[in-house]
Amino acid sequence: MKLHVNGKEIEVAEALVEKRLVEFLREDLDLTGAKNACDMGACGACTILVDLEPSRMCLRRVKDVAGRRILTIEGLAGPDGALHPLQRAFIEAGAIQCGFCTPGMVLTAHAFLLKNPSPTRDQIRRAIYQNLCRCTGYQQIIDAIERAAPFYREMPEQPTRVSQPAPSEALAPHTQTN
Amino acid sequence: MSVPASDTKTASWRNDAYAKVTGKAKFTDDLKIPSLAHAVPVYSDYVHARIVSIDTQRAANAPGVLKVLTARDVPGANRFGQIIQDFRIFADDKIRYHGDVIAVVVAESRGAAIRAADLVKLVAEPLPLVLDPEAALRPDAVLIHENHGTNVINTHKIRRGDVEEGFRQAAVILEESFQTQFIEHAYMETEVSVCVPRADGVLEVYGSMQHPFSTRRFVAACLGMPLAQVEIIGTPLGGGFGGKDDTAAIVCARTALAARLLQRPVKMVYRRDWSIRESYKRHPYRVRYKMGLAKDGTITAVQCRIVADGGAYCSVTPWVTWRSTVQCCGPYVVPNVHCDALGVYTNNVVAGAMRGFGSPQMNFVIEQMVEIAAEKLGMPAIEFRRRNMVRQGSVTITGQKLEGHKVAMEQVLNTALRETDYESKLARCAFGKSETEELYGIGLAMSYRGVSLGAEGVDFCAAIINAQADGSILLETGIHDNGQGSESAMCLLLAEELGVSVDRIRYRRASTSNIPDSGTTVASRGTIMGGGAVTMAARELKAKIAAAMAEKLGCLPADIRFENDCLFGKPGVEPVSFAEAMRHMWRTQRFPYAFGVFKAPQVTWDEQTGQGKAYFTWVYGCQVVELTVNQRTGKVRLLSQTACHDVGRAVNPSMVEGQFYGGMAMGTGYALHEEVRMTEGRITNPNLNTYRIPRSMDLPEMKAIIIENPDPISPSGAKSIGEPANEIMAPAIANAIYHATGRRHFSLPIRVAPFQTGPENPAPIP
Repeated sequence: MKLHVNGKEIEVAEALVEKRLVEFLREDLDLTGAKNACDMGACGACTILVDLEPSRMCLRRVKDVAGRRILTIEGLAGPDGALHPLQRAFIEAGAIQCGFCTPGMVLTAHAFLLKNPSPTRDQIRRAIYQNLCRCTGYQQIIDAIERAAPFYREMPEQPTRVSQPAPSEALAPHTQTN
Repeated sequence: MSVPASDTKTASWRNDAYAKVTGKAKFTDDLKIPSLAHAVPVYSDYVHARIVSIDTQRAANAPGVLKVLTARDVPGANRFGQIIQDFRIFADDKIRYHGDVIAVVVAESRGAAIRAADLVKLVAEPLPLVLDPEAALRPDAVLIHENHGTNVINTHKIRRGDVEEGFRQAAVILEESFQTQFIEHAYMETEVSVCVPRADGVLEVYGSMQHPFSTRRFVAACLGMPLAQVEIIGTPLGGGFGGKDDTAAIVCARTALAARLLQRPVKMVYRRDWSIRESYKRHPYRVRYKMGLAKDGTITAVQCRIVADGGAYCSVTPWVTWRSTVQCCGPYVVPNVHCDALGVYTNNVVAGAMRGFGSPQMNFVIEQMVEIAAEKLGMPAIEFRRRNMVRQGSVTITGQKLEGHKVAMEQVLNTALRETDYESKLARCAFGKSETEELYGIGLAMSYRGVSLGAEGVDFCAAIINAQADGSILLETGIHDNGQGSESAMCLLLAEELGVSVDRIRYRRASTSNIPDSGTTVASRGTIMGGGAVTMAARELKAKIAAAMAEKLGCLPADIRFENDCLFGKPGVEPVSFAEAMRHMWRTQRFPYAFGVFKAPQVTWDEQTGQGKAYFTWVYGCQVVELTVNQRTGKVRLLSQTACHDVGRAVNPSMVEGQFYGGMAMGTGYALHEEVRMTEGRITNPNLNTYRIPRSMDLPEMKAIIIENPDPISPSGAKSIGEPANEIMAPAIANAIYHATGRRHFSLPIRVAPFQTGPENPAPIP
């Protein structure tokens, strides 16, 4: 079974296809950016994008996303570590406190702005409804998303962030680790 | 991110922003450590029972299980606590609440440990449940802790003036009862710990906690090890809000025990339902409040009785209820006060510290009482507040004269009123009458708050500045970053004090083995205490640098200015760059190293009378909310929220605003959404789908108004904001709902009943 994660093609060992996606990504791929905070799809901390749609990976198994394109927070910045404009906006707007909800929040906002690059604040509020944050009252998160919107308006083509995997970057098949 | 020191007043800067926004920040559960074993807690289904036996044999023999730990395995103290040592690392004699842990299963995988946990068998004799705190006070009540001799955890009192005389002078006497609920901190990151036994005998502890030094005491006591042999290493924390104290420390202690006995690294990650089941909550209060009023609108007397449900263990109930008594009249001058507060043991979930610490409950009472009083006297509530509120030189109900800082209550109130156009909007409130379905209301609440621990405890803090020969700087303080950005605030303060760019400064990963025990990062004391220590250390460092560089700069040490990453001396003499100064010091065998301490000024307290100088300084705040209530459904919709607080000085304004917003959001949850529901002592909403914290659409647009009156007592001028921001939104909402509906709500969370339905206002179809 194959997965496309952050632009790389990954071969998944048969033994792992039934594993929960949140555990597979965090444990087997060491993509620990997204968090598991409720285990039942209520909080959005584990949000990743599957074909650019927000998805709660605590509710899914690896096999559910076979062949789909997955974007995690680790894949949003450039390969050189340069921040995506949305990430810069989160920092500049003071939208980060404890940071536990941040990866899921940023990805939810990314998917939203790709679809609607000229949102009203109410539309932004609605878009992040599924992602809980206990620190910020959402005010500066909404500010950040609003601040990043012009970048999405000026993007030549959408979506651009998930590129075809380069064969040389494909990772080795993963085996069960525990 | 690089922010020049000169820009720090306007910038949003965090030293951890890049790590957090890229997902690279390693929280405790993200740590990868070879040969890690996994531990999980074991609960029983009892709520109150005497333990007969705990059989761990079947669990121990289950596949993958390495060890099952119970109280018998604890080499040191199984009982611990910051005030009364009644918390159990493992239940040993009784089950006192549904969250008591009887054992911990350690296995090769978390799944194996969870499966085996079901095999631990507890034999116990059920005891009668004590769930009502008033019932717990009856002389014949079953005791939760037999050795304690009573279900009363603690009492506090305020005795000021002559309350009988005060009521005799009153033209009007009001009496009301209020009730608040258990609420959950709902930090996004649950309790977690990773413990690693090191070859030198030291046990390294990583974990989600807001108080590394208190955790170290728990761990060392549990293991019977000296403090120097336990090292708590600072790890990013996914939210605390007062909640990552005792329970977080106990989770670390159990994990440490497993790691020590197995001599291998162990991780324990709490599931959300375990976290909500076991962790302590905000105390539910029952308050009876009697207020005497003179015709002219002055308060002549207050008598109140506070009963706080402390749940099964003491935790910090005595400190929480102490703050409640000190602030039991809000920011108002009352000459005659008689207040009794009782913390009570029950078999409910434990109650302890939560953002506000005994003030949110009391403010819900007081800020409604003053409006009820004003209405009774036919006086505008704002005028009533003005007549009674504290001003410069006022004497508080504990006999403390408010001086040495600007008493900004009036400034804060006036600013909030002006910025929200409050009084003209108040005139438009519906008071239950509207031609549309929506009833409009605006409301406010205000408070003053004693800063830091006050007479609760020993209060001092350390900072270390270690500048390097290349001009880079290492900084460390005894304050812990709970996610609020304290490390960033400390870096910004240091940059400003030294006149250097903040990107020279690297906050050193905190370790309890490197800096002296500076207390816990609670009580909104991070910025004032940590910032005070940083400022003191920076001043000492500057004196050392100045002494070393005076000759070169052709002036006296005292005349050297630190600006723009340079040292300036005599006019005409070439300034020296900060880096060059550091090189010069190294070459001349001088360390640019400073250790700074800020000690909280002396406070006093007389427990017998409840009189004294309770806190060394105070902060002042006011919050306003606009909302509508739907007549047909009772549903409350928030339109706007505004917070106005005097914070002393805003070191990192964007983060200060973040505290305002987050505080109002949490206060909204307290007012309208949140309640830990229990049936026979068992929590019935143990996850985030049923325990509802505010989501984005539950909240309105918010406005933050920062007022700065630098406090002379605080070396940095900064005071507090974490808790002040979270203690007055619930009464503001209650007052706004009153102005919308004409109905008072005396208990939390507020549920507005639908209005009487008539033909023109049909009932909804169920």
